[in-house]
Amino acid sequence: MNELLDPLLLARWQFGLTTIYHFLFVPLTIGLASTAAVFQTAWYRTGKAEYLRITRFFGGIFLINFAMGVVTGIVQEFQFGMNWSEYSRYVGDVFGAPLALEGLLAFFFEATFIGLWIFGWDKLPRGLHLATIWCTAIGSIVSAYFIIAANAFMQNPVGFQINEEKGRAELVDIGALLTNPVAVAAFPHTIAASFMVAAGLVISAAAWHLARNQHLDTMRPALKFGLWVMVGSGLLTTLFGDQLSLAMVATQPMKMAAAEATYDTVCGADASFSIFTLGTPDGSTELFSIRVPYLLSFLSTHTFDGCVEGINDLQAQYQELFGPGDYTPIIWVTYWSFRWMIGLGLAHVLVAVVGLWLTRRGRLPKQRWVWKIAIWSFPLSLAAMIVGWVFTEMGRQPWIVFSQMFTESAVSPNVTGLEVLISLIAFTLIYGALAVVEVRLVIRAIKKGPPEVGEPDPETGRHEPAATVY
Amino acid sequence: MDLTVLWFWIVAFLFVGYFVLDGFDFGVGMSLPFLGRDDVDRRVLINTIGPIWDLNETWVIVAGAALFAAFPEWYATLFSGFYLALLLILLALIARGVSFEYRHQRPESQWKQWFDRMIIVGSAVPALLWGVAFANIVQGVPLDADHNFTGSLIDLLNPYALLGGLTTLLLFFTHGVVFVSLKTEGDLRERARRLAARAGVITIVVAAAFLVWTGLAYGSLWFWILAAVAAVALIAGWLANARGAEGVAFTLLAVTVAAAVFALFASLFPDVMPASNDPANSLTIANASSSTYTLTVMSWVALVFLPLVLAYQGWTYWVFRKRVTRASIEAAVH
Repeated sequence: MNELLDPLLLARWQFGLTTIYHFLFVPLTIGLASTAAVFQTAWYRTGKAEYLRITRFFGGIFLINFAMGVVTGIVQEFQFGMNWSEYSRYVGDVFGAPLALEGLLAFFFEATFIGLWIFGWDKLPRGLHLATIWCTAIGSIVSAYFIIAANAFMQNPVGFQINEEKGRAELVDIGALLTNPVAVAAFPHTIAASFMVAAGLVISAAAWHLARNQHLDTMRPALKFGLWVMVGSGLLTTLFGDQLSLAMVATQPMKMAAAEATYDTVCGADASFSIFTLGTPDGSTELFSIRVPYLLSFLSTHTFDGCVEGINDLQAQYQELFGPGDYTPIIWVTYWSFRWMIGLGLAHVLVAVVGLWLTRRGRLPKQRWVWKIAIWSFPLSLAAMIVGWVFTEMGRQPWIVFSQMFTESAVSPNVTGLEVLISLIAFTLIYGALAVVEVRLVIRAIKKGPPEVGEPDPETGRHEPAATVY
Repeated sequence: MDLTVLWFWIVAFLFVGYFVLDGFDFGVGMSLPFLGRDDVDRRVLINTIGPIWDLNETWVIVAGAALFAAFPEWYATLFSGFYLALLLILLALIARGVSFEYRHQRPESQWKQWFDRMIIVGSAVPALLWGVAFANIVQGVPLDADHNFTGSLIDLLNPYALLGGLTTLLLFFTHGVVFVSLKTEGDLRERARRLAARAGVITIVVAAAFLVWTGLAYGSLWFWILAAVAAVALIAGWLANARGAEGVAFTLLAVTVAAAVFALFASLFPDVMPASNDPANSLTIANASSSTYTLTVMSWVALVFLPLVLAYQGWTYWVFRKRVTRASIEAAVH
């Protein structure tokens, strides 16, 4: 019973659950806002009805997601104070600033222009209306920068000083906080990955129709767009992911060691990357593995004779620095989430490259299994993104702010286990129910296909899009 | 100027913005069972706030973030202390927000009924609980030496706070109904005007009781001045509504909400969370605030971006200034 009502454990589960859930909608919002903006721009420039139909098709799916992203985002904003009040007191002077900047610069912008976009089709001049979707897309990307800068502070705290008298961290350099090397690498990595997720959705939706040989006029260009974006953003995600792992090795070597489950410091050829490992449950003994020599050395240092510090050595170092305690994350979580992130991500680039080849010069493959694979693009690219964040956050443990504050010291002391249990159950129920509704609505919207837009205006030769109402 | 004082008033301004704007769209949500006689009516009502509810709601996110950045201790004490109340507000805002977008996705009346209920409850719960929360802040709550709240949810549901909740609920409801009469036509517009007249009477009585109680127990000079402004604007707004001057009535009720919320902040100042058990445990603008450096950075950002935000949000309201008609709803594709 005491175990069940441990406020720390429950608060961690709640944070994990609500954050992952929120993040199911964020990358799609970022990626699909830009997708809608690109196709609306194409329509603006060419006047072709297909582009307008594609815009409204993916725009509709985007809005179903956007609503969920908005309402689950408020929970995130409140939760630091509700469940992590000691954290808020200790680092609020530093951590609050990027959140306030995010709200003032990005959320207002995004929330205002999305309303103008949804309801402005018949009220704004064409060019101005096009600008509103670009503003929405830019707002979503800017907001990502600030929240990643805030998160980067938890991974690699910079730009602050400890005020001993007040017993808290205080901001001394906002520039350093916003140009944290971890943020500078994690931001493009995350944005590119968000475009992969959106491309995954575009590919899945287009494949569903093309497999049935319908809506060829709209779904063919959509598929082509999705495949190219997947390849391009997949390469960028890899490139910036590489930069991020360099930053990670420099700032949080324990996370890299945990990603690899490397217990002893290894150099050169011994610093191998294991693609697959079977071991005893506690991870201490390896039974079988497939390894690529030198690869870990290269990933961590960009040289073939570099050394990668092992968990045992780092643990000893940290005990000396921070006192007795266990400084290792849960190894099987970091080890496997790191692999699934990379594996699923690369698999999508491969699928997209093959897809481009199979659909070259207007071909449409007849084999059903080709389309079946394509339809899995969306859920699996989203999964890659999620396990990536699970790795980042679980790899930070036991710290909430690396080297500064433990997660266990951050929890609200006056919120009881029962209260957290109540909120955890409430969030689980409402999020679960809404997930069912949301997924069904998205599938329904996809199956319905791109909406008709009627005949163009006989005088201008252009379509006059109908008003949107709730 | 002392930056902690500036930020106290910026936080107040952000909450005022939130209650003025999201307040009336809570009111529109709550008016569904009173004004929505058929599905077209209900869709007209929802569409009056369709383009703006999201930007209105964003004010609470920004207010919360500003609180976090400028007064981390206040944010931590308030949000952890009022845990279950805020949980209810969050659940309500979640249910309400998705309903606007999901209600029109399917034609079945049962489907729409579900989301109508979520809009109604999701609007009423925060309208009530925000009032309860702010009344408790003004009244003071038990805090320990580390500024942690030591009471329970039951402590928060005291008569004074419940009266505060009822005040915001009624005020937002009346403001929302006046907004409906401003944004619709024909029968609905007339029914909204009459409903606002009736609801306005109860609102005036309850709000007067709450303001007088607050003034006698916790008031300062500035509180009384602002409360008087709120009271005069409320009565004038009621009169304007009775004469059918909808725009004037809406503006005056916005003034009422703004002056009343500023009055509550004025009665708090310079405390931010007074401790009811021991004044030594109170949080003040001095012991709850961030460092001067953080406040300086934030001040520059607010100085540049707040006017910009107000400009583009004002423009949005102007773009959607036309009345929503039954004909426009019936003509629109689903």
